[in-house]
Amino acid sequence: MRAPTATPIRHVEQCMGTVFSFDIRGSGIAWDDLRAVLDWLHETDARFSTYRSGSEINRLADGRLDLTEVHPDVAYVLSECAELQVETGGYFSACADGRLDPSGYVKGWAVNEASRMLAAAGSTAHCVNGGGDISCHGRPSVGRGWQVGIADPVHPGVIVRTVVGAGPLGIATSGTSQRGAHIIDPHTGTRQEALASVTVVTDDVVRADVLATAAVAMGEDGIVWLAGLTDVRSIVVRGDGSVSAAWRGQEPT
Amino acid sequence: MKRFALALFGTVGGLLALLGFKTHSPTSSGPLPDQGLAPTGMPTSTSRTDSGGTTTPSRSRSATHRATPPTVTTRHITGQAVTTRYGVVQVKVTVRGSKITDVGFVQLTAFDAQSQQINSYAAPQLLQETLATQSANIDTVSGATYTSDGYRQSLQSALDKAALR
Repeated sequence: MRAPTATPIRHVEQCMGTVFSFDIRGSGIAWDDLRAVLDWLHETDARFSTYRSGSEINRLADGRLDLTEVHPDVAYVLSECAELQVETGGYFSACADGRLDPSGYVKGWAVNEASRMLAAAGSTAHCVNGGGDISCHGRPSVGRGWQVGIADPVHPGVIVRTVVGAGPLGIATSGTSQRGAHIIDPHTGTRQEALASVTVVTDDVVRADVLATAAVAMGEDGIVWLAGLTDVRSIVVRGDGSVSAAWRGQEPT
Repeated sequence: MKRFALALFGTVGGLLALLGFKTHSPTSSGPLPDQGLAPTGMPTSTSRTDSGGTTTPSRSRSATHRATPPTVTTRHITGQAVTTRYGVVQVKVTVRGSKITDVGFVQLTAFDAQSQQINSYAAPQLLQETLATQSANIDTVSGATYTSDGYRQSLQSALDKAALR
């Protein structure tokens, strides 16, 4: 006997050092479905955290865990990081500052998985926002798209653009505003600060997150690089506050 | 390190081409070197390959450089081929001394629709992008990752509070 559905659901969960916001509008989701997603998020945090010495990632990095013993998710994430390192010409790396740290991949992936799990459980419309990385599914209401504000990296509480779209929609922003300059050019080991924030809009938040992180690592060159990628919309705020937006591919309808 | 990255680049690019994966960068589709993570021309390092896996019980080890006494050892360790919900993956890491310095993969076969979906990037159904800077009608906010503390001051927090009220 299936528990009755409880939508709409609005829920906020602290995990991975940030906050995940769940906005479930459609039908078909019970609290138990959401609880399963939250459990998975916390398990994933325990497995991948670079802040917990007992996590699989830290044990792997320190040689306390053999690669043959890792959880399948860890193997999957590391192989994906390797593939994305190629796509980004090395600007995205799970070893950007010399130690194994796939965090740049994990949060976007966790948002995407959470969204996918909800859809698999029967959700028809939801938005998962994990610390500013977003995956939207369906539409919030008939004839309406999700309205996503892009935060001003310099002025808290202000937005610089609004993106409106229906799922599948993946949006991620990387930058220096919230945690200080924390994105490193893996080729030189230097911190990049030319771009205050880079937002990438595509259909997959994992890819959006990685592309945004790589673009920040490239500095000014990242703007041109993103503009050359098909079906990727980018919104870049430079250190001086100027905004550029780019889109190549089929114009959105 | 640069040469190292290029070696990885060529290999994985070759593997991807071989497996028919879509890539979006100007990746080379050069020849497939043998287990190409091996950094060539590092005179003070020894190179060793460990293979662990259920299907191949044999362990192969090859010492390639023995010219000078090693100061730092570089090892390449290959994980077990594991079946994930996306396909079969086998990860390979390069360990220099006791630190992992690179991650690659030696096998990745996607076998279900989900993987196909992951590897094909369709245009998002983007309706419009506006210059609107009003937060009145927005559903959510994208920004650089906030900490739990940062969240409390964020617009997203205000939106969540308004909805939960």
